[in-house]
Amino acid sequence: ERNQADVSEAKSGRTDLIFLIRFRHCCLLRNQRCLLAYLYDRLLRIRALRWEYGSVLPSTIQFHMSAEEVEWFNQYKKSLATYMRSVGGEEGLDLTQDIKPPKSLYIEVRCLRDYGEFEIDDGTTILLKKNSQHFLPRWKCEQLIRQGVLEHILS
Amino acid sequence: MCEAYFPVDSGLGLEENFLSLDDILMSQEKLPGRAESALPRLAFALGPAAGTGDSIPEGSKLEIPLWLAKGLHDSKRRIISVELPKIYKEAWRTVFSADASVVDLHKMGPYYYGFGSQLLNFDNPENPEIAQTILQTFISRFRGIMDSSQNAYNEDTSALVARLDELERALFRAGQKGLNDFQCWEKGQASQITVSSLVQNYGKRKFADMDG
Repeated sequence: ERNQADVSEAKSGRTDLIFLIRFRHCCLLRNQRCLLAYLYDRLLRIRALRWEYGSVLPSTIQFHMSAEEVEWFNQYKKSLATYMRSVGGEEGLDLTQDIKPPKSLYIEVRCLRDYGEFEIDDGTTILLKKNSQHFLPRWKCEQLIRQGVLEHILS
Repeated sequence: MCEAYFPVDSGLGLEENFLSLDDILMSQEKLPGRAESALPRLAFALGPAAGTGDSIPEGSKLEIPLWLAKGLHDSKRRIISVELPKIYKEAWRTVFSADASVVDLHKMGPYYYGFGSQLLNFDNPENPEIAQTILQTFISRFRGIMDSSQNAYNEDTSALVARLDELERALFRAGQKGLNDFQCWEKGQASQITVSSLVQNYGKRKFADMDG
């Protein structure tokens, strides 16, 4: 508001106030730039979370996101899903799987913390307790490994 | 090893990237300058060195951040005139041309290259020499950075990195990352699915109490 008062004064003839107005304008632009850069960086990190963590974010992270960011995340998820569906034939291709080239279908994993029950394709449920080791199909565990629940063991 | 988070890089040459966090930090660095004409009512902002009255008298010396200098400077130069900071002046230029690799660039202002490129925006008769000096410094230091980043595996690199400015540190980190990825591949760990670093960082931080 102070800037506007000065603008009206300047228009009425005191030309030496132009510097002050320009100075305040620079400060306003600077604040705007810092805010925009901060918000944009947050968006970039949220986007990275979709790729690295999966499509459901833990509640601790969601707690720290604003409503618009949650909305943006859902829209991004939807666009990504539409794109993935259109890419690989009739079922679509999950681009977030197999980030590193797979060597085998089944992998050895060790559980790092208690997760509970986990069901695999042929119907058997496995109880994931801390330090238990299992031999599981790769595509089921990849997401859990990336989330830090399981640990991939190389033989 | 693949990361999904790609922050905005700094701009190249005379332009900065608006959204780049590195450029914002870099443009916060201060420049010496002089007020070309009396500046009314600005004394509160530009510091105690600017005089006790309400307005800054003509010709007084100021230290202003780069973003403010760029905003207040125009080709008619009615408001502010900018001087070069010490490291871009004649004396230091000869030091750089003698041997650039011994200079501690981090102490001289951690954004030597970026800030120097932005200085070329202001009209100054020494601009071509400044540009040449920055370029030559980079060329002579680059070989050392490349060698040290590619050969320091699993060591404490703080002694190597202490004398580099921000641009060089980014290069060093890229070199280290390449080296680590290669070693990982050699050991056969490249196919191991790992926890992403973002997730690991979230796990380590303690979140504020959600009930509060």
